[in-house]
Amino acid sequence: MTARSELLERHSYNPIEALYWLLLIGTFFAFPNYLSIATTVVIMALFALSLDLVLGFAGIVTLGHAAYFGIGAYTAALLASGGWREPIIDAVLAGLASAGLALMIGPALLLLDGLPLIMVTMAVSAILFEAANKASWLTGGDDGLRDFSFLPVFGLFPWSVYGQTSYLYALGWLALLFVLVRRVVSSPFGVALQGIRENRARMRLIGSPVIGHLVRAYTLSAFMAGIAGAVHAQTNKFVSLEVLGIDTSVDVVVMLVLGGIGRLYGALIGAPIYILVKHFAAEWNPYHWMFIIGALLIVAVRFGYGGLLGILGRIEAWFARARGTRKP
Amino acid sequence: MTAALETFDLCKTFGALKVVDRVSLRLPQGARHALIGPNGAGKTTLVQLLSGVLRADSGRILLAGADITTSSQQRRVKQGLVRTFQVTNLFRGLSVLENVFLAVSERQGASRQMFAAAGRRRDLIERAEAIIEQLGLAGDRHRRISEIAYGQQRLVEIAVALSLDPKVLLLDEPAAGIPSRETSLLLDAVERLPPDIAILMIEHDMHVVRRFAREVSVLVGGRILMTGLPHEVMSSQEVHSVYLGQAGQKRFTAGVPHV
Repeated sequence: MTARSELLERHSYNPIEALYWLLLIGTFFAFPNYLSIATTVVIMALFALSLDLVLGFAGIVTLGHAAYFGIGAYTAALLASGGWREPIIDAVLAGLASAGLALMIGPALLLLDGLPLIMVTMAVSAILFEAANKASWLTGGDDGLRDFSFLPVFGLFPWSVYGQTSYLYALGWLALLFVLVRRVVSSPFGVALQGIRENRARMRLIGSPVIGHLVRAYTLSAFMAGIAGAVHAQTNKFVSLEVLGIDTSVDVVVMLVLGGIGRLYGALIGAPIYILVKHFAAEWNPYHWMFIIGALLIVAVRFGYGGLLGILGRIEAWFARARGTRKP
Repeated sequence: MTAALETFDLCKTFGALKVVDRVSLRLPQGARHALIGPNGAGKTTLVQLLSGVLRADSGRILLAGADITTSSQQRRVKQGLVRTFQVTNLFRGLSVLENVFLAVSERQGASRQMFAAAGRRRDLIERAEAIIEQLGLAGDRHRRISEIAYGQQRLVEIAVALSLDPKVLLLDEPAAGIPSRETSLLLDAVERLPPDIAILMIEHDMHVVRRFAREVSVLVGGRILMTGLPHEVMSSQEVHSVYLGQAGQKRFTAGVPHV
């Protein structure tokens, strides 16, 4: 039992959060040779955060979120190839392209729930994957898109070989969109999403425009996923079909489950765990890294509903109880 | 004066079975009306017709004079026709305050606000807390629905309904499944509801009906057998005979004071 309402206190920051962001900034100085993988971590954290908004907060189960990541990546690359090389507006346009698709299919898609929804979201991303594969004149097909480049960020910071600009640029987007998502889930709209997740039918009976709310959350999430995809394209200077693949959709769900669904920081913690474990496990044994990820996933699901953050929360509660009982 | 809620010759048939048969009811503003009847009389179907879960085959429903016969459930709620459920239907993982907040926020049109913090909307929280206080739930407002007693859950049902500013409130067997000690708490709460709301209570328990109702209608076989003051209805031979044969006789007369 909590003394206050967590749901209505989401807007207040906890000082311990600063630690996370300091770690990300510290990475920049401490591991200059690992900035490339750190950039991937930040981008996937952003992508996982976009998924958390729909999966964690609105209860929309999807296995096709790569569709929006991929559209963002291709849009960014195509705009740059076409001559629009300013990175920030490029990323925003890419986000809008993804949001546009979500807004178009959302009203029909979100009438579904559970397994049918999973299947349809998978189908949508599979169709996009095949379409991108076939339209090789536009997307480069199997070869992907390369030979595009971007102007310096803010006109000041050129894209360096060692990836300093890439890392800070991606981190900037993550911080900005994190603040945005946090505002949204703390708002009355965010509370309504929680209600829909808990009991969709009942929300309808208190007069809530359920589908409208879901479409908005889904569109915002697609916008963020699109930006994550765009940043991926911008920092890698390369886009391949992989961004639209089912693996990408599944990876991001696994990251979120590992970190903790519906907790904002779950996405931010799950992405580094997944990517770093995968990286080092693959170095250790290139054939069996999946085994380690699988074991982690089982532990997270079996012992920590709520992922790593859930486990930490229960350890903290256990210490608090232990302290409480020792007091006279 | 226009009635708060009025039905004209409402009918609903399932296959060959006429479940609701030409039901005409009239609830003036501030009504305290009870609908009683044996099992299978069509009470639940009538509630479903009124709340919009089911569509009537024929007949009309007027809410404050406006025809809502074909309106959706959501639309009816927006227009002020709110119901509670026989089996509690709440957000079980959320606290009492959060449940009521959801309804208040929806009613005040705040649920589209995406960027203001819900926790800083003091107006919404205070309104929710006032309603919780009114139903005597203040001490439990931070407990989850799944953690509180069933009787309290019924009170939360009413709190959620009240948050929607009803003009007409349908209470579907509010006392069903709760211990009699808690029934009296529930009735206290119902008695404190704003007097201008018209309330239609579907109820089996005659103790409850006697305490609550100023007017009683008896539904039998889908039809209104009679409507009248509680003591008239309860002393009617015709009504008695309907309940006879079902073990209901004893329960039925239990509510009538000794002469």
